Amino acid sequence: MGNSSVPIRAARVCALSLLAAAAAFAQSIPPDLEKRLADLDKATKSAQMSGDNAWMLTSAALVLMMTGPGLALFYGGLVRRKNVLSTMMHSFILMAVVTILWAVVGYSIAFAEGTPIFGDLRYAFLRGVGAAPNADYGATIPQQTYMIYQLMFAIITPALISGAFAERMKFSAMMLLTALWSLVIYFPMAHMVWGKGGLFNASLGGKIPAFDFAGGTVVHITSGVSALICALYLGKRLGYPHESMRPHNLVLSTVGACLLWVGWFGFNAGSAVNAGSLATSAFVATHFGAAAAALGWMFAEWLHSGKPSMLGAISGCVAGLVAITPASGFVQPFPAILIGAAAGVVCFLMVTAVKKKFNYDDALDAFGVHGIGGTLGAILTGVFATKEINDVYSGKPMGWIDGNFGQVLNQLAAVAVSWVLAIVGTWIILKICDATVGVRAAEQDEVEGLDLSMHGEEGYTLEA
Amino acid sequence: MKKIEAIIQPHKLEDVKEALKSIGVDGMTITEVRGHGRQKGHKEVYRGMEYQVDLLPKVKIEMVITDARHDEVIRTLTAAARSGKIGDGKIFVYDVADAIRIRNDDRGEAAL
Repeated sequence: MGNSSVPIRAARVCALSLLAAAAAFAQSIPPDLEKRLADLDKATKSAQMSGDNAWMLTSAALVLMMTGPGLALFYGGLVRRKNVLSTMMHSFILMAVVTILWAVVGYSIAFAEGTPIFGDLRYAFLRGVGAAPNADYGATIPQQTYMIYQLMFAIITPALISGAFAERMKFSAMMLLTALWSLVIYFPMAHMVWGKGGLFNASLGGKIPAFDFAGGTVVHITSGVSALICALYLGKRLGYPHESMRPHNLVLSTVGACLLWVGWFGFNAGSAVNAGSLATSAFVATHFGAAAAALGWMFAEWLHSGKPSMLGAISGCVAGLVAITPASGFVQPFPAILIGAAAGVVCFLMVTAVKKKFNYDDALDAFGVHGIGGTLGAILTGVFATKEINDVYSGKPMGWIDGNFGQVLNQLAAVAVSWVLAIVGTWIILKICDATVGVRAAEQDEVEGLDLSMHGEEGYTLEA
Repeated sequence: MKKIEAIIQPHKLEDVKEALKSIGVDGMTITEVRGHGRQKGHKEVYRGMEYQVDLLPKVKIEMVITDARHDEVIRTLTAAARSGKIGDGKIFVYDVADAIRIRNDDRGEAAL
């Protein structure tokens, strides 16, 4: 015992002194440590918020750049010189019109909770949309950032339609049409797909969950199908197709298409609503889709018409960007290439063979590129979506490639609703516009060119 | 005085200008024009829409010279503008009634 008592006592003393030290530590450090932990937590959150917010504000600016100058140049170059300003004006003025609508009711209809079809008016006049994040949409950015980011989508969507009615619609009718269209079609459609509790919202309680990362249904099907309705309702441009309606400046269109390509990174990668790896994945898919589609269209045209054209290459690139939009946050890089290549070829056939067969005048092919590219992309999203990229179903299979064929059917349901809403809604709106201000420019005004007859100015003057 | 109106291929303009300068002709007016004679146009295709483009870009040179230089100028101009293919263009020659230098009222050949 005598021999063993020394180490035991020593151990006891040691343990006691350790306990005492720990007790002293626990008494003196805790308030400080807790505060430091809290500070650290705050600093980490603030750093993440700064990072995410920086990317989302950049993305918002990139998406606005797609409308002006991107789309304004792309479309502006495709029309005849007497209509260049009126066509650019369609895109530009929507940057103002939709902004005001968005602030008054648009954001609320799209993103407030409400019915599965549209949101209530809790955010009307942007009430309560400030620095605090809305965790349903983006926990690490101010809701105001999310609001301004989504506004840029609401701007470009009606601007896309203008490609169908270019060169022959009255400016007053265009203003009324796009304002009503935003209220009746875009805001509810955005709510159904992205709003909390929306019918198709896959991550926020939708009854028929469909995947639409950045707007295949919301942006491209609605605008593209509505474009077809506008083209059919308005009728052909005077002199179409026997008079020359060659694009007056493909240099402008090429610059515009390149701006669209770059801006689309904000559109798709920004739709991750943070600056994390999902944004990277969407960025990569977007770029690959665009590249494959430019090649797809170009080679199809090369085989079909004998020459690979600049207009073909840029049209293909836009078609690919359209098709990859819904899929961008759900698919691997190689499926993105497949989706892009398919869109390039299919949209080429649409605007050449199919348009010729049915003989409608979709002046700048808003339907052929956005309606068809958007539909193709929305369906292929159901095929190629994978939980490896974006685990929306918490470990369960996502698309057909994961073994969930049902997703393709959900995508088809979302596609069908978008088509029906766009067809019926746009037809009614056109009737209203026709009964009030009249939609089609007077024959003399159309012959003279809308720049002079609607706006009293010319894009190119000899003397100046 | 003669007015020479030459419609030539745009890419021959530099050669023609150099040649005329080398024989001392230094006044001329150039216009970018479109037109065609026997040269056939070409086909352009935009998203499947085919257009036959008959009016091709040309350059029109106008100048007024003294009667004495007429042959020399025509010879120089045709030699410089000729490639031997259809589409090289044409030269038209007109008599000129008078010429006036706006700056100082010089008249006739003195105004050239």
